[in-house]
Amino acid sequence: MATEPTGTPYRKPLPRRNKFNTPYWDGLSEHKLTLPKCNACGFIWHPPASPTCPSCLTEGDYEFVELSGRGRIWSWLKMHQRYFAAFADELPYNVVYVELEDRPGLRMISNLVDFSDEDLRCDQPVEVVFDDVTDEWTLPKFRPVAAS
Amino acid sequence: MYRDLDPERNSYILGARAFKAALDDAGLRKEDVDGLAVMRIPDYARMAEVLGIRDLTILNNFGGAGRMAGVTLTYAAMAIHAGLATTVACIYGNDGRSVGARYGGGEGAGSDTAMFEVPYGMTSPGASVALMYQRYAHLYSPPREALAHLAINNRDNAALNPSAVMRSPLTMEDYFDARFISEPLRLYDYCLINDGSVCMIVTSAERARDLKQPPVYISAAANAGDVADQYTVDDFFYNGLRRMADEVFPAAGISQKDIDLANLYDNFTPTILFELEGMGFCEQGEAGSWVSAERIGRGGELPLNTSGGHTSESYMQGWGHLADCVRQLRHETGERQVVGAEHALYCCAAPLSNAIIFRR
Repeated sequence: MATEPTGTPYRKPLPRRNKFNTPYWDGLSEHKLTLPKCNACGFIWHPPASPTCPSCLTEGDYEFVELSGRGRIWSWLKMHQRYFAAFADELPYNVVYVELEDRPGLRMISNLVDFSDEDLRCDQPVEVVFDDVTDEWTLPKFRPVAAS
Repeated sequence: MYRDLDPERNSYILGARAFKAALDDAGLRKEDVDGLAVMRIPDYARMAEVLGIRDLTILNNFGGAGRMAGVTLTYAAMAIHAGLATTVACIYGNDGRSVGARYGGGEGAGSDTAMFEVPYGMTSPGASVALMYQRYAHLYSPPREALAHLAINNRDNAALNPSAVMRSPLTMEDYFDARFISEPLRLYDYCLINDGSVCMIVTSAERARDLKQPPVYISAAANAGDVADQYTVDDFFYNGLRRMADEVFPAAGISQKDIDLANLYDNFTPTILFELEGMGFCEQGEAGSWVSAERIGRGGELPLNTSGGHTSESYMQGWGHLADCVRQLRHETGERQVVGAEHALYCCAAPLSNAIIFRR
């Protein structure tokens, strides 16, 4: 799923690969949502920016596991302020804070896509979709699903 | 506090101005000061050099986050209490407006953690508070006017404050006509960006007796943390604030009903609601209904932000609130005086929360 017509350069902020987060971005390129899971205690953490388990402090002993991709909107906002030039023609755009079902309290920022207005609400069930924004980068976004 | 911008202004010049004014106010000489705690001023050593002070036993920089204001003042009191210094100057200097400070946006991926947010257009502390308030509203259904009351109350108090940056009347209609920034938050829910400086000098009660002004005492102080890299917290800081309230009120020997005014940190208006609940002035989830113009106005049950708060007085990241606690308890605030004020509360809800009870 691409959000830009072919040939239009992508101008929104893009992430940066480093030693700790590369498996996350690689997983997304394969259309998988993965996060580090500690081998010692089973804790899953976000962001994947550190090798140290924030639960048991075990360092460097984790695997990137594939998540279910399902969750709910814990909260949302509509950004009306032009903080980023590349978002200017989408104002206002939504930002969602999604709680993933894999662990209570495991939350990540994203955007809601393929939705009607009434879906942009707290506790709306969602599932991940993969946005291949450039050849190098895929971002996880979320779309509403019916309650299971 | 300054409304305009001036490229010649910097935080050292502003800090020195406030320091000199505070020395004069207290009847102290700079030689009496043996502790320096700075905030929002880049280099503590440069500040000491600008002031020409070399003999210091306490010298700290508390950084640029507003949550550190009360922490800085608490630290000064701790240092004196522990016998590490006798007289500590806390100096806050902010040239944000003149240097075009921005709280959001920027180029590129940002920090190692910001890169998981900016690609989606998420940025700025205001957006984090917007997420918290949206969730709060979903859980507790506050009245639509809840935040408007806070913004208007701030403006009403600022109107009587000659130092305030924004003093023209703000009506309910003005509030709702104003644009959204991070919906559900609107323009008047947001703090200002302006230059200014504040200096507060802390000393022992014994030494204060001989100084120029009637002393105002730090009766009790407490911190509580709910710390993560992101600002959004799922209980809106309630549990941290509750722990703090359970410490600071008994330590001061009073309860919530003895507080005559509360200056509550308001980088964005919703944090006032979180602070009211966490500090025990009303039940969890009730602050939205609890705040009314009558209740929080100068003659009301709990006057709030009596110098105009961050949305109308100026954004001194807590220092305007702290200074106003002192001025109110000196009974020198003229038209905006809370008559007979004996106890004032300062509180900031944040990943590191802080509360200070002041008394005459």
